[in-house]
Amino acid sequence: MNVDDIKKEFPIFDDKIQNNDLVYLDSANSSQKPRVVVDRIYDFYTKEFSNVGRSVHYLAVAATNLYEQTRVSVQKYINAKDKDEIVFTKGATEAINLVANTFGQKYLSEGDEVLLTELEHHSNYVPWHFLRKAKNIRIEFAEINDDGEVTLEAIEKKITNKTKIISVSHLSNVTGAILPIKQIVQLAHSKNIPVLIDGCQGAPHLKLDMQDIDCDFYAISGHKMYGPTGIGILYAKKKWLEDLPPYQGGGGMINEVKKEGITYGELPNKYEAGTMATAQVIAFNESIKFMEKIGIQNIEKHEKELLDYGLEKLRKNNSVNIIGNPKEKGGVISFTIKGVHPHDIATILDEDGVAIRAGHHCCQILHDKLNLPATARASFGVYNTKDDIDKLDEAINKCKKIFNL
Amino acid sequence: MDLKDLYQEIILDHGKNPRNLGKFDNYNKDAKGNNPLCGDNVHVYLRLNENKKVEDIAFEGHGCAISMASASIMTDMVRGKEEKEVKEIVTDFLGMIKEKDSLETKILKDDEKTKLMSLSGVKQYPMRVKCATLSWHTLTSALDNSDQIVKTED
Repeated sequence: MNVDDIKKEFPIFDDKIQNNDLVYLDSANSSQKPRVVVDRIYDFYTKEFSNVGRSVHYLAVAATNLYEQTRVSVQKYINAKDKDEIVFTKGATEAINLVANTFGQKYLSEGDEVLLTELEHHSNYVPWHFLRKAKNIRIEFAEINDDGEVTLEAIEKKITNKTKIISVSHLSNVTGAILPIKQIVQLAHSKNIPVLIDGCQGAPHLKLDMQDIDCDFYAISGHKMYGPTGIGILYAKKKWLEDLPPYQGGGGMINEVKKEGITYGELPNKYEAGTMATAQVIAFNESIKFMEKIGIQNIEKHEKELLDYGLEKLRKNNSVNIIGNPKEKGGVISFTIKGVHPHDIATILDEDGVAIRAGHHCCQILHDKLNLPATARASFGVYNTKDDIDKLDEAINKCKKIFNL
Repeated sequence: MDLKDLYQEIILDHGKNPRNLGKFDNYNKDAKGNNPLCGDNVHVYLRLNENKKVEDIAFEGHGCAISMASASIMTDMVRGKEEKEVKEIVTDFLGMIKEKDSLETKILKDDEKTKLMSLSGVKQYPMRVKCATLSWHTLTSALDNSDQIVKTED
């Protein structure tokens, strides 16, 4: 793959940002958007707009077809068995809330346990916490080891006969650890426990095969996959979507509505109440095509090269401390500089156009465990180059200079 | 924007070696403040004597250079002042950080004003304003005996 050509497909890099060439190292937060995605939104609104799934006029039928085409594209991209296993949501957060809410309603009661890990994003903890409040369930956390990874053994250690569901990240947005999800699913299934994978950081960077992983649920964020904001995907095995109750009530998700009672629609409509983020769903098809064109293997290889280069470079930089050292690691480098708070690092780097994130990255449990209130994080996407990492390193040196280190 | 305006020597000095950091025993007012977006937190302790004068003041917490320096300078500045005066200084400081070009209060001496004005660089960095104001809001909360934890997002 030619990164220079790929970068040209992203309009954000056309112009200077605050008089600097943009060095965008915040893709774990949200990725930039290729022109095809932005154009697709514009074209849909200007030439093809109509609501989907309701009216019978020409535009409505055409829009419905486009909307459903994205469902099929996603199904193929993640190798799901059936297109009805793809539910559109407003984001991965809603996808996890959907499962926690509906699974919780039907299968969780007082004393039952939900097993998470210490490195979960708040979006894979808070929805389960609601059930702790409402149903008196317990939440257990599989521990991270000194390298910032969660092993299969750490998961196994926390499984009890009360464990009703396991919900874990595919790839940590802080340490970059890639969890052994296939083995976790095998282990859980041997004990009849379903598994949800928070795939926010997995889907943009790793090859996905739902039938191979065999998880019960997989949550995807559209805006981290070069797609628009306002769209996420819940993959769920058909047996679960048929079995679980609906999540939100409204138009589009019903079969028959009478004063005496209501019956719900067929899949996938059952979980898509109200007018969905139509333009975003349709444009997300372009994100999938964009990633397919480059090839996920090439993306993985490119980001691994960047990661190795970045780790080597930053390890050589005195006073930089890299957080975690997982054996299987995605394109995320979290770090601290002794004597400089991560927010000061982020502000100083920004002055040179180097955009990183600082804070607890929505992972307070993990930061408490690491005994760090905050870290700085550089994360990669398809458009990043080794030159970006050199600029990061230079900006870190400037930071050290300002703080007299 | 110029980083030198933000990270002046005095800020770096107070950020690195914050004055009045810690907790003392006989405080009679205190309050906590959080910045949920960055995880910064501060706990202000003070002793108000029978004449409503700040006899002693200190703070615990962690945060960036701006927030530590701001708490450090603030605690230095209000020690020995009466509650009424402290509130006037807080209002004046917050007004300066938000919109005004200078400090107007007559309570502070010129060199004290210069010290406080060193924090005015954050005006050019909207995301960092809350770093500079957290300890000040928390001080107000302590004086008002509020049980509410101060949040910068409010």
